[in-house]
Amino acid sequence: MGVEVAVRGLTKSFGGQPVWSDISLTLPAGEISVLLGPSGTGKSVFLKTLVGLLRPDRGDIVIEGRNLPRLSERDLYEVRKLFGVLFQDGALFGSMNIYDNVAFPLREHTRRSESEIRAVVTEKLDMVGLVGAEKKLPGEISGGMRKRAGLARALVLDPQIVLFDEPDSGLDPVRTAYLNQLIIDLNQRTEATFLIVTHDINTARTVPDNIGLIYHGHLAMFGPREMLLSSTEPVVRQFLNAQRIGPIGMAEEKDAEELQAEAQAGAELPPLPPIPVQLQPSDGRRRRAERPPGQWCRDHGVEPPPGSFAGPDGQRTVELPAFLTRDGVPG
Amino acid sequence: MSGPAVLRESGHFFAFCLDTLRGLGRRPVQVREFVQQAWFISSVSILPAALVSIPFGAVIALQLGSLVRQLGAQSFTGAASVLAVVREAGPIVTALVIAGAGGSAICADLGSRKIREELDAMQVLGIDPIQRLVVPRVLASMLVAVLLNGLVSVVGVSGGYLFNVVMQGGTPGAYLASFQALGQLPDLLVGEVKALLFGAAAALIASYKGMTAKGGPKGVGDAVNQSVVLTFMALFALNFVVTAVYFQVVPQKGS
Repeated sequence: MGVEVAVRGLTKSFGGQPVWSDISLTLPAGEISVLLGPSGTGKSVFLKTLVGLLRPDRGDIVIEGRNLPRLSERDLYEVRKLFGVLFQDGALFGSMNIYDNVAFPLREHTRRSESEIRAVVTEKLDMVGLVGAEKKLPGEISGGMRKRAGLARALVLDPQIVLFDEPDSGLDPVRTAYLNQLIIDLNQRTEATFLIVTHDINTARTVPDNIGLIYHGHLAMFGPREMLLSSTEPVVRQFLNAQRIGPIGMAEEKDAEELQAEAQAGAELPPLPPIPVQLQPSDGRRRRAERPPGQWCRDHGVEPPPGSFAGPDGQRTVELPAFLTRDGVPG
Repeated sequence: MSGPAVLRESGHFFAFCLDTLRGLGRRPVQVREFVQQAWFISSVSILPAALVSIPFGAVIALQLGSLVRQLGAQSFTGAASVLAVVREAGPIVTALVIAGAGGSAICADLGSRKIREELDAMQVLGIDPIQRLVVPRVLASMLVAVLLNGLVSVVGVSGGYLFNVVMQGGTPGAYLASFQALGQLPDLLVGEVKALLFGAAAALIASYKGMTAKGGPKGVGDAVNQSVVLTFMALFALNFVVTAVYFQVVPQKGS
């Protein structure tokens, strides 16, 4: 079972420049959460703060009753064993082949025999579809394979919390779809707590149970997927629907004049697109954290946009409006 | 760099050195990494060290040769050569080679690991890079420096001998017999102590610079450049201090 991660009032700055401030959110145990935000809003910094690689200026990160920023170096290394992190480029050790990379945490932390290690490593490599590439060096394989190998390494110690730093950056749409399916299946199998940092809205709309949005140095909103997808809050709406009209400009934030001009020009927001069905595990069974489509909207009396949750339950292919796909022109 | 920035940087460096010192006692001891690194550092430094020390011994013989002949003290050429090579040239050549060949390699290695996020990944996997990577490198560099100093002394003195005997027509017996005239055992020992300190300092500076590299591939290049320059300066300063202390502590022959 996954563990809950509670973040309270987290603030981080670099050399006097605040990256983000006062972020409070709770990653529910065993659920998949996505953290979104325009480029350069410190999403990766948040991830690194969460595992204690960077120390926040203020605030608490509580995991199993332990507050990460206050822990000693030694205790921090203990808590980190709960984590598995997939770095942007996989962060594989360049001097070792794929097999040794995945076996590395086992060799360092456990006293298992080589044959036991082989069994675990083969299982994880099988999970990410890399059997047969064991002897290759990280420099000899493609970016997508490096990512999957990094994922296998992150999973090898059976972590309770798995963090993904832009799993879909630099991957083609097909590989992204496979990786997203893999994330859902892994969550079903391991029931660990997942946090995905990305700015790919397709991933954000279909994969997670919860969505958070960082904008302009603070957390604009964090909550269940349907809550954000049906939200009319300008920033959330603009970002999740990839529109040009709204408070986010090319350079982080539009100034007041630009916004006013936009309002005067009578720029009308297009209607909210339908909420897609969440991605289902490939074996057809439910994930523990999965909620029936439309439940949040019904419980909170929110009328989902017309056409939402189309298709029978368990349908895996989700049709997105053309402007939401990678090739479509936003807006 | 402004004043406070320099202070902060040196503070970080000393904290890093203390962390490394603490990592020395921590288990498990990284024997494999240590052996690999020792092998690697020696493989990149033995040949340059030998090639630098032969002409060094020869230059000393050349400098002394004519002067000593005019004074009629040819029999002391060997003594002067031993003194110069063992006391100063050995440790300095060792330092230059360790910093230039070993240190730059360590810095480039750790720097590229840093920017590829390998070090972050290691920390997240619950492994302290200082204990896992830096400590074995520092120990390996110290060991290789000590051994290299021996090699440089032997090769340097042999170079001087060859040059003196073959080229300048000196007497082999006089060259060898005068070895003990000015030099003494503590000279060799202090040379080894110097080499040990140089090895540690070079590896510490290189590791620190590598682990704090930032800004992509260019950052690694800058880090290597700075680490070599800083190490050279630090080693010459360290050499002066150790030599000054040595002369105060150990009585010299003939004084």
